[in-house]
Amino acid sequence: MNKILLIIQREYFSRVKKKSFLIMTFLVPVLSISSFVLMFYLMAKQSDLGDKKKVEVVDESGMFQNSLKNIGTLDFVFSGDNYKSAQAGFLKSGYDYLLHIPSGCTGVQLLGEKKPSAVVLQNIETRLSEIAQSRRLQKAGIDTAVLALAQKPISIEPIQLTEKGIINAQVAVAYVVGFVAAFLIYMSLFIYGAQVMRGVIEEKVSRIVEVIISSVKPFQLMMGKIIGIGLVGLTQFVLWIVLSLVLSTAAGTLIAKQAGVATTANVAQMQQAAGPAGATASAVAPQDPASNATKIMQSIKSIPLTYTILCFLFYFLSGYLLYSAIFAAVGSAVDNETETQQFMLPITLPLVFTFVISMSFIINNPDSTLSIWLSMIPLTSPIAMMIRIPFGVPWPQLVLSMVLMVLGFLFTTWVAARIYRVGILMYGKKASYKELAKWFMYKE
Amino acid sequence: MISIRNIVKQYANHRALDNVSIEIEKGKVFGLLGPNGAGKTSLIRIINQITAPDSGEILFNGEKLTQKHISRIGYLPEERGLYKKMEIGEQVLYLARLKGLGKEEATRRIKYWFTKLEMESWWNKKVEDLSKGMQQKVQFVATVLHEPELLILDEPFTGFDPVNAEIVKNEILELNRKGATIIFSTHRMESVEELCDSIALLNLSHKILDGKVKTIRNNFRNGIYLFEFEGNSISGNNNLPFTILSETNHDNSWQLKVRINEGSRVNDVLQYMLPLVTITKVEEVVPTMNEIFIQTVSKAI
Repeated sequence: MNKILLIIQREYFSRVKKKSFLIMTFLVPVLSISSFVLMFYLMAKQSDLGDKKKVEVVDESGMFQNSLKNIGTLDFVFSGDNYKSAQAGFLKSGYDYLLHIPSGCTGVQLLGEKKPSAVVLQNIETRLSEIAQSRRLQKAGIDTAVLALAQKPISIEPIQLTEKGIINAQVAVAYVVGFVAAFLIYMSLFIYGAQVMRGVIEEKVSRIVEVIISSVKPFQLMMGKIIGIGLVGLTQFVLWIVLSLVLSTAAGTLIAKQAGVATTANVAQMQQAAGPAGATASAVAPQDPASNATKIMQSIKSIPLTYTILCFLFYFLSGYLLYSAIFAAVGSAVDNETETQQFMLPITLPLVFTFVISMSFIINNPDSTLSIWLSMIPLTSPIAMMIRIPFGVPWPQLVLSMVLMVLGFLFTTWVAARIYRVGILMYGKKASYKELAKWFMYKE
Repeated sequence: MISIRNIVKQYANHRALDNVSIEIEKGKVFGLLGPNGAGKTSLIRIINQITAPDSGEILFNGEKLTQKHISRIGYLPEERGLYKKMEIGEQVLYLARLKGLGKEEATRRIKYWFTKLEMESWWNKKVEDLSKGMQQKVQFVATVLHEPELLILDEPFTGFDPVNAEIVKNEILELNRKGATIIFSTHRMESVEELCDSIALLNLSHKILDGKVKTIRNNFRNGIYLFEFEGNSISGNNNLPFTILSETNHDNSWQLKVRINEGSRVNDVLQYMLPLVTITKVEEVVPTMNEIFIQTVSKAI
């Protein structure tokens, strides 16, 4: 046991002391949080940062003269010219686009020297449609107030009714948390599993393995390596979680402040824009992104953080133990990394399969039969279960999945160790699956 | 020290060791010889408990070999290696601690050995920064650090320049004088004659020869003598009590290699030659281990 500790120590410290570990540990949360912050910042400040486009409008219908107000990055200027002369003078006019609205509002054209971006096009389309709709309804004799009432959007608030009472069920957040957790597990199984495999190959290729297993049993060496590298992964995750919490709290307050400012500014802008028909326009205007951000920040708190993190750590560790044992066996069977290809399929297949199914199916149907099965099978459950956990998993299922997971990694470790002890001493022999089966059957 | 008894090791397609028994005496240098693929490495791995035999047993000082003997054995494999990215001092310390040495004791001994072999400045270097010979030296230190009673050295001199090979050889002999038993596996027969007290020769999974080096060489004496004399050639004569293998001549001085006929002795040859020539040198040509090796192995095939 003492010797296993020595091996764990070496494996752990030789990796943690590396510069790349430090860089990864600090850079990843800083980068991800700052890109998160940047995203919200850009969303909130879009109108200020974006490139202003000036649009000359020739409105032959006369419907838009007072309603089409400047929005975000678009400045509308109504032209007194008719379409022909506006078109003729357009290239020298200094406007970016020329919007031509014929009298019947059909065959609207946007002319420009360059192609307009999809966002610009969509923005103008939405605005025109809204205004045209309101105008037509008003013409049909519907009152402005009735119109505003009719166009008020409906938003649904999901509520979870459980034995503990009513919980605000933020589906979007469950979605994101499940996605991120499953993605992290998927990535880390590959990253740390491959580290185990590379470590085994290094020992085999450099032949140091023969010296070491004259001192310790192959099983001790294998487990020492797996546990050591697993602890490296755990350290990294714990540091990431702590750093992310600290940074996101800081970022959260920052965003809240920003959002506050942005919302007031936007509201003012909206009110300004409200002409006779403007009120309706602002009522159906797309939801202000900054207030969305605050909402998300608030609803992140609706997910039980400690429970999710603990489940994440369990599924990371057990999944890692299960897969890294297989990775170790593969490493022991080959003489260099390029030869590992033929054995990688059985490792990557269940992982990629679960990942794809998880992202497309389980995340939308967390309680379907297929989802439940996938979250029980040890090869697939680390990813499948992590997707389900933010949506709430009945505890008998969770316990069963965890027990199966533990049994699963005990089994793969046992199988892998039997292949490993023979494999590490076989130099220059091309291993096939048949060969591996033979090694597995060797007595001692 | 080590009794190897009826060891059989079967792999899927071939038998690596077939009923091999060898006795290794305490405090001696024992040569384990054999062509490639004879089963030497398999046997060494079994003694190191890296693999287990299918049948047969090994006794270490009379008791059955178990894991507790690991700390009393030092093993230098033929294919050797170290962690490339690890610092030398740390690495040797790690290997020593795996053998069961305490941290302080191991550090003290590493310092002693590093000073002795002039390696002090290597402590913080990485293996990849050392030459191959230097790495071998590090590995040698790692092998002997825990002062094993049994030292198993597989081709210990490969990779060394003559100076360092001599240094390492002297260290091995000194360890032997201090009481370590040494199993020495090699192809270099001249070093076998120089170092080994006894040998065992393995070929095609079988032990085909073993015993003291002197006894073996005596057993392989085949009546070949070398004469140097002055005078005339005697190759033309009839009724010689010997067969001439070769005769060369330098300025009236002859060198004659002969095989004495069955039933004759060297004295008969001398009696025959004395009246004819002036003898300056007589020497028995005892076969070298190299010749014995080749002769025995090729006969077995």
